[in-house]
Amino acid sequence: MVSRQDTSVVAHTKPKNTSRQSFWFTWRDTIEAYFFLLPFLIVYCLFLVYPLVRGFWISLHDWDLLIGKLSWTGFSNYERMFQIDPVFWDATWHTVQFVLLSTPLLIIIGLLLAVALNRDLPGMTVFRTIFFSSYVLSISVITLIWFMLLNPTRGLIGAIMQNVGLEPIAFLTSTDWAMPAIVITTVWWTAGFNIILFLAGLQDIPRSIYEAAEIDGATIFTKFFRITLPLLSRTVLLVVVLQIIASFQIFGQVFLMTGGGPSGRTRVLVQHVYESGFRGFELGYASAMSMFLFAVMLTVSLIQLYIGSRGDEVEQGMK
Amino acid sequence: MTTMKHNQASNEINWQKWFGLVAFYGVLSVIAFLWLVPILWSLSMSLTPNELLSRNVGGLIPSEFTLENYRSLLNVSDVPRWFSNSIIVSTGTTIGVLILSSLAGYAIARIDFKGRAIVSAFILAGLMVPQQAIFIPLHTMFSEWKLHNTHIALMLPRMAIPLGVFIMAQFFRAIPKDIEEAAEIDGANRFVIYTRIMLPLTIPALTTLGIFTFVLSWNEFLWPLVSATDKDMFTVTIGLASLQGNFAQSQGLGSLMTSAMAASAPILVLFVIFQRYVVQAVKSGTRF
Repeated sequence: MVSRQDTSVVAHTKPKNTSRQSFWFTWRDTIEAYFFLLPFLIVYCLFLVYPLVRGFWISLHDWDLLIGKLSWTGFSNYERMFQIDPVFWDATWHTVQFVLLSTPLLIIIGLLLAVALNRDLPGMTVFRTIFFSSYVLSISVITLIWFMLLNPTRGLIGAIMQNVGLEPIAFLTSTDWAMPAIVITTVWWTAGFNIILFLAGLQDIPRSIYEAAEIDGATIFTKFFRITLPLLSRTVLLVVVLQIIASFQIFGQVFLMTGGGPSGRTRVLVQHVYESGFRGFELGYASAMSMFLFAVMLTVSLIQLYIGSRGDEVEQGMK
Repeated sequence: MTTMKHNQASNEINWQKWFGLVAFYGVLSVIAFLWLVPILWSLSMSLTPNELLSRNVGGLIPSEFTLENYRSLLNVSDVPRWFSNSIIVSTGTTIGVLILSSLAGYAIARIDFKGRAIVSAFILAGLMVPQQAIFIPLHTMFSEWKLHNTHIALMLPRMAIPLGVFIMAQFFRAIPKDIEEAAEIDGANRFVIYTRIMLPLTIPALTTLGIFTFVLSWNEFLWPLVSATDKDMFTVTIGLASLQGNFAQSQGLGSLMTSAMAASAPILVLFVIFQRYVVQAVKSGTRF
């Protein structure tokens, strides 16, 4: 309908045009735009949208990877997940533990170092480079380094503890220490990313506000709590959400450093998905747990969108 | 009298300021040094003979210096082969991401077309789908196509990055409209405008996105772990993980650390050279 109206208007104002030409005139932008979009949309639909739909479809089946037999089971995989499989709840709980331990540390350390580096002094770029450098290392490198550092007999930390007269701890095989050790490894690995995000937010705060506060005799602490934190609240929210989303998907650190041990004490959700799918060969069940993971991520993102849009309203209200 | 008092006061402030600066740099340097200790320790072990490390804990400075670990890495290990796999996969992925993102980003930023809002929302929604949630269906797809243990299998699922489209769209939006309009009046078609005029103007954005994609692709773990199961098709990241698993059979701690250092070297060098762009990428990824 719309198109016919459009063409008629165009044909009316430019009577010399044939209808073919006026069709091109109206639709040219749209046709060209989809040519530009097509390559991306094809790959996007094929390798992101379709797998998501297919994952949901697989989750409604029993699919044995070895036999290759597929049979419809409705929601029984979800029933098993929520009501029968205790490992699922353990893995979810360990994942939540990891999120709860790592997120505050990563936020606080990232924010403090960013505030320190956000000064007009020489050499700050060098420090920024140092703190960010661990982030570009790959997971198998950082797990190797920390696996050795934390080794009670061959590691640096054990050697230092021995030198000051302490008994070296086998961190990664201790039920109390394994999870904190993985948290520390992760903090060292990814804090640099948060430093950069916070630095970007800090640079948007006008220096004049700080200068005015200094004239009024504000201390470092009042400046931090009265100026920096309130003006940085949007960045903090963003970093918290990104952090929760990233931490919830933890896999490699645990998989390579403890294998989920000792006695399943550090097994996390993605690892349970991986092991159910590729060691237990139950793709249907593994897919159901993937869907749970997706649902959690979606919820966190939507909460962020909701709070973010309300933040906009508040800001607009203030103007 | 008053000026003397004033001088004294400002001297005191100066002195306090200096003391504060020294303390600031001192504390920051100690933290930075501790931050680097894990890397320095590994580097030192990679330069220490294996036999020595089987007896003693390695120090921050090699107690006996050798390049033998690096020599044997090049000659006998699988690391060079994994290295070339990583370079092929990361380069291919990066080129794919740059082409797809800049084409789509241009359309979204600069063409007024029907369905623009819907297409933007459709792509934006992809940001909420974590890769960890779709690796099982992806695995079954590539099994059916018999494409596991190929480079293309490691590249394709990582090419459609919604964030890339929005980063590119943001840069295209910042280019003044009259540049494009002038070319249009001269009768250039859209594709010519895109390749000849717009693309050269987005080179900083392409570099930013490219470096970041390369680093992420180089460090990719879960997908290559399930797709590349043949030892010859391992990426450096996966290969190194497999060496850790077989630590008992490997040649020694020094050699293992040498592999880790070799695997990190290109990424670290790339990062130091293009630091500005990496930092820019992190920042622009959060503002659109």
